Amino acid sequence: MVSRGFFGLRRPQPSRPLPPGQYWEQGFPVLTAGVTPQISLKEWRFSITRDNDELKTWTWDEMLALPQSDITVDIHCVTKWSILDSRWRGVSIDTFLEASGLDVPEQFVMAYCYGGYTTNLPMADVRQGKAYVAWEFNGEPLEPRHGGPARLLVPHLYFWKSAKWVRGLRLIDKDAPGFWEQAGYHMRGDPWNEERYWGD
Amino acid sequence: MTVPQGVIWQQARVESIRRDTPTVKSFLLRPATWRAFRAGQHFDVRLTAPDGYQAQRSYSVASAPERTGVLELTIELMPGGEVSPYFHDVVVPGDAIELRGPIGGPFTWSTADGGPVLLLGGGSGVVPLMSMLRHRAMSNAGDRPGATLLYSARSLSDVIYREELEAMASADPGLNVITTLTRSAPSGWPGPARRIDLALVRQSIAATGSPRHVYCCGSDGFVESVAKLSVEAGVDASLIRTERFGPTGA
Repeated sequence: MVSRGFFGLRRPQPSRPLPPGQYWEQGFPVLTAGVTPQISLKEWRFSITRDNDELKTWTWDEMLALPQSDITVDIHCVTKWSILDSRWRGVSIDTFLEASGLDVPEQFVMAYCYGGYTTNLPMADVRQGKAYVAWEFNGEPLEPRHGGPARLLVPHLYFWKSAKWVRGLRLIDKDAPGFWEQAGYHMRGDPWNEERYWGD
Repeated sequence: MTVPQGVIWQQARVESIRRDTPTVKSFLLRPATWRAFRAGQHFDVRLTAPDGYQAQRSYSVASAPERTGVLELTIELMPGGEVSPYFHDVVVPGDAIELRGPIGGPFTWSTADGGPVLLLGGGSGVVPLMSMLRHRAMSNAGDRPGATLLYSARSLSDVIYREELEAMASADPGLNVITTLTRSAPSGWPGPARRIDLALVRQSIAATGSPRHVYCCGSDGFVESVAKLSVEAGVDASLIRTERFGPTGA
């Protein structure tokens, strides 16, 4: 349906296409459902969990001692903005899983966070260099309001999957909805298929 | 669990337009298919140019869920924006708008959720809170949990729904509305004229008692600040729900 009298702003367009329905945002907006938790580096932990057992846990210094990855990626938020060429440093989920030495038959994970947020992901979406625990953004330590000290970074999915203040990954056999997924957001959230909400 | 329903695009007819403030207008839309919503939820709006170019934005509903058949979207004009200037400068009654929704879960409230409820709104962040208050006003007086709205606006002429809020509060001892003006206040303004601080949050909590639910909506900086102040005032962080405006491009 053409909107009478609408022609669009035609802002400068990025050199590569954006996913459908997205627009180019030059800032870094914040979207959070609750209060920003303040987590000290001393108390920070990241764990791989099965049921309620923390099978392997890293402190901040232990995380920093793991091989680091520098990645430059585009970010797509379900609320329509995209930021391009954001630079992140962090540790890939592959690195954590390999360092854990665990046998991991599960096909899904539930990321869980300081502050209680959760989001579900297929294992295939967090392996093979597709997901990270990121702690540096554009060369600076990640601010608390953007998920610092460290957030999950899963840039190929909508940004709600990149859980702020991540505390660990729970290995699960069957997919289950996390916080936003229970509220009507898509279980997978691929921006290129515009998987925003249930039924998309 | 509710059976997941797809949120499909549909057309809505613009029934009427009201100017609220120099930069805010409210649009009464009648969707082709009515879909019930909860106070606090939003709808996505999609505009399409003749060549297929599209722009989408999310807008909170201001009307009460009880007012079935129509949705009021209150839209602030964002200078340099793409969708809000279209609504302000182009849209007239009778136009068709594409939308889908309702969307959003955590930032919702109904009288059945209980209270007291503390609503903290900055600027047009008052919109989803107004839906909650209108919903509350439409329930039986005996079923209304206590509520306080602490509303921060730049000046008196920027206060959205001013007369309606005054009328609502004067008719209802269980509702307190505290408006604070941050940029300019008329001489003789009886209310506070400063940014929301700990004293104002404490005063708001004292008005209706320790809150069971807190909703903060506004710009990123506003929400960050008032959510933190609520925690400092003794509110358990798990009771606080926040919604921040999207980025600049609205």
